[in-house]
Amino acid sequence: MFLNQFLLLAAVLFCIGLYGVLVRRNAVLVLMSIELILNSVNINLVAFGAWWSSGDGANYSGQVFALFVIAVAAAEVGVGLALVLLIFRNRKSIAVDELDALKG
Amino acid sequence: MLNIIDKVWIIPALMAASFAVILFFGKRLGTKATAGIGIGAVSVCLVLSVVVAGQWINRVNHPPTGAALAADVVRANGLTPQDGATIAGEIEGATTESGKTVTSESADHGGEHGGEHGGEKGGEHESVPPVVRTATWFTIGGIDFEIGTLVDGLAAMMLITVCIISLLVHIYSTEYLHGDVRFTHYYAFLSLFTASMLFYVLSSNTLQMLVGWELVGVCSFGLIGHWWEEKKNTDAALKAFLTNRVGDMGLIVGVIITFFAAGGNSFNVLHLNEYALSGGANTTLLLIGALCLFGGVTSKSGQFPLHTWLPDAMAGPTPVSALIHAATMVVAGVYLIARLYAVFFSGLAIGSSSLHYVAFIGGFTTIIGGVLAFVQWDLKKVLAYSTISQLGYMVMALGVGAWTAGVFHLFTHAFFKACLFLGAGSVSHACHHTFDMREMGGLRKKMPVTHGTFLVATLALAGIFPLAGFWSKDEILAGANAGQENAYTLMLIFGLITAFMTAAYMGRAYLLTFWGKYRGHAHPHESPKVITVPLVILAVCAFALGLLNFPKSFFGLKLSSSLTTRFEHYVEPTFAFPPLQHAEFTPWLAVVSTILAAAGFLIAYQYYVRNRGPHGLTQRSKVAHAGYTFLENKYYLDDLYTGVIVGSTKGPIARASAWFNQNVLDGVVNGLGVGARKFAGVVYAFADQTVIDGTVNESGRASEGAGQLLRRIQTGKVQQYAFILFAGVVLLAGVLVFVV
Repeated sequence: MFLNQFLLLAAVLFCIGLYGVLVRRNAVLVLMSIELILNSVNINLVAFGAWWSSGDGANYSGQVFALFVIAVAAAEVGVGLALVLLIFRNRKSIAVDELDALKG
Repeated sequence: MLNIIDKVWIIPALMAASFAVILFFGKRLGTKATAGIGIGAVSVCLVLSVVVAGQWINRVNHPPTGAALAADVVRANGLTPQDGATIAGEIEGATTESGKTVTSESADHGGEHGGEHGGEKGGEHESVPPVVRTATWFTIGGIDFEIGTLVDGLAAMMLITVCIISLLVHIYSTEYLHGDVRFTHYYAFLSLFTASMLFYVLSSNTLQMLVGWELVGVCSFGLIGHWWEEKKNTDAALKAFLTNRVGDMGLIVGVIITFFAAGGNSFNVLHLNEYALSGGANTTLLLIGALCLFGGVTSKSGQFPLHTWLPDAMAGPTPVSALIHAATMVVAGVYLIARLYAVFFSGLAIGSSSLHYVAFIGGFTTIIGGVLAFVQWDLKKVLAYSTISQLGYMVMALGVGAWTAGVFHLFTHAFFKACLFLGAGSVSHACHHTFDMREMGGLRKKMPVTHGTFLVATLALAGIFPLAGFWSKDEILAGANAGQENAYTLMLIFGLITAFMTAAYMGRAYLLTFWGKYRGHAHPHESPKVITVPLVILAVCAFALGLLNFPKSFFGLKLSSSLTTRFEHYVEPTFAFPPLQHAEFTPWLAVVSTILAAAGFLIAYQYYVRNRGPHGLTQRSKVAHAGYTFLENKYYLDDLYTGVIVGSTKGPIARASAWFNQNVLDGVVNGLGVGARKFAGVVYAFADQTVIDGTVNESGRASEGAGQLLRRIQTGKVQQYAFILFAGVVLLAGVLVFVV
C-alpha cells in the first residue's frame, strides 16, 4: 500500500485550498477553496482508514468519517452561499477584502 | 394539686400580661374593663400566692429528705449532678449519725460559725432548702447567667403582702381616680409595678434582682409623675428617680463585688449566702460589698441621707403612695438585706458587734424621720416621714440580728401603713383634694368608717397592745436589747425614742384630722364603699396580724408551740442562713415601750385637743424657732443637695469643666485635628497623588498603548485572520515536531 502518494496528494490539495482561501478576493472562490481543504482531509481520512484495515479485513471508520465531513461541508457551504448572497445584495460586490467593517 | 411553687414565674408573668393588655387595649376597652383586668389579674395572683404559701408551709412541716433533698440542694446552688450524689451520700451519713436531716453545708456552718450558739438552730428547725427553679439566661465566658425563681418563706410572705395591698389599691383606685384623664395609663403602671415587685421578690440571683429593682424604680417614676401637668409633680418624680440612681450605683457595684468575692461564677443568692457563711470567706471584701449594697438600700428604702425623695413622692396619687410605701418599692431595700442576710451578717460582723454602719443608719433614720413628721402640715407627708422612720426600724432590726423581727415589722407595717395612706386619701377625697391638716378637723363624726380604720391603723403604728405594730415593734426592741453576742444598746435607745415619737406624731396627725372643729370649706362626707371596704380589710389586718408571731412566753402566758412564733417558724430561712440568737419576749421592754407610746399619744392629745402646753413657743423662743425652722427645712438636706451639690455642679464645677473642656480637651482635640490635617496633606501629596494615582494612571496608559498596538491586528479582513490562524497552526506544528 502506498500511503505516501495519498498523503502527498492531500497535502498538495490542502496547500492549493489554503492559497485560495488566503489570496482569492471572490467569496465564492474562497468557499470553493475551503471545499478543497476539506476534501484533502477526506483523502487523508480514507487513506488512513484503508491503511489501518489492510491487515485484518474491513474497517470503515475512516470512510464513515469522510462521509460525515462531506455532509457537514454541504451544510456549511449552504450557509456560506446564503451569506454571500446577502452580502452581494447589500454591497453589489462579493470581494472579501472589502469587507472590513469590523476593523479595530 | 398543681405544684405552683415550682412554677411561680406565672405570678409576675400574669401581672406583666395584664400590663400589656391594659397598655395596648385599655383605651379601647374603657375604664371599667381596664380596672377589671387589673383587679382580676391581681386577684388570681393573690390566690396563687396563698397556694404557694400553703405549699411552702407544707414543705416546712414535711421537709424533703434523702434524694429529693439532695436534688433541691443541688438546684439551689447550681451544682452539677455529681456533687448531688456526694451530697446525697453525706446526707445519708448525717441522717444516720444525728438522727435528723441536716444538709452538709448547714452542718458545716453550724460547726464553724455557730460556735457558742450554733446548736440551738439545728435543734429547732430542720434545714429546708428553698424551692429554686432556674434556666440559663445567657452564657458569657463560660459563666452561665441564670434566670429563675426562688421561693422560701420570705418570698411567699412578700408575695402575699404585695398581692393583698396591690389588690386593695387597685379596687380603691377605681373610685379615687374616677374620671382621670390617664386612667388606663395609671392602671397599666399599677400592673407593671406589681409585676416588677413580684419579679424582684422571686428573683433567684442578684442580677435578676437588679432588673426588678430598676423596674420598680421606673414604675415609681411613672406613677409619682402621674399628674405631670404640674411642674411640682414632675420634679418629684425626677427627684425620686435620680436619688434612687445614686443608690443604684452602689447596688450595682455591690452586686459585682459580691459576685467576684464568691468566686466569680454565680450570682445565685444562695451561692452568695453560702459563701459568706463558709469559713474561708473574705470578710473585708464582703464588708465592702455589703456597704455598697447598702447604698442601694439607702436610696430605695429611704435611709438617711438619701431619704429626701420619699416625702416628695407624695406628689403621686394617694393609692400609689400606699402601694409604694407599704408593699412595693421602699421595702425592696429591706428585702435585699433580708435576702442577702448572710452577706451582711458576715460582712458587718453583726453577730459579734454592738454597733455598725447598717444598724446605726437604721436607728438614726428612725429618729430623723420621726422628728420631721412633727412639723408637717400635710397629712401625707406626716405618713411619708413615718414611713422613713419605720423603714429605719426595719433596717435597724436587721442590723442588730433580729431578722424575723425586721421582716415581721415589714409585714405588719405594710398593712397599717397602707390603711393610713388609703385613709388619708379618703379624707382628701372628701375635703376637696387637700391634704393640709389645717383645713381638716372634726371629721370623726362625718366619716365614721374612715375615722375608725384610721384610728386602728394609728394605734397599730404607735405600737399599742394588742395591735399588729405592738408585736413587731417589741420584737425589734427585744432583739436590740438581747443582740447577738453583745446588746445593741444605742439601737435600743433609738428604738424607744422612736416608739414615743411615733405615738406622738401619729396622735398629732390623727387628732388634727379627726378631732376638734372642721376648719375647711368643703362639705366632707363618708367615702363610698369602694374606698371604705379596703380600709376595713386593712384595719382588720392591722389589728390581728401581729398574733401571727405570738411570743413563746407572754407575761408568763405560754400557749402551745403550734400557736406561737409561727411567722418565725415558716418565714425565717433555715438554709444558707446565719445562726441567729432569737430574743425572747422581754416584759419590761414591752411595758416601757407601751407606756412611752401612750405618753406620746397623751401629750399630743393634751397639746392639740385640750390646747395645753407651750403653744407659741416657736414665736417666743429663738432657740425653739431656730429648731423649728431647721426641721421645717428638713435639716437643709434638700438645700445641701440642690444648693451645694447640684448648685456647685451647675456653677463653679460646670464653669471649671467648661474651661477645662475649652482649653484642655478642645486643645487636645484641635491639636489632633491640625496634626491629622497636616499628615493628611502629606499623605495626599505623596501616597495618594504619586503612588496610588500613578499606579492607576500608568496601568491605564499601559493598556491604552497595548490596545493601540493590538488594534492594528484587527483589520476586519477575514483572510488576514485566516492567515494568522494558519501561521499559528504552522508554528504550533513546528513546536510539536521539533521541540517536543
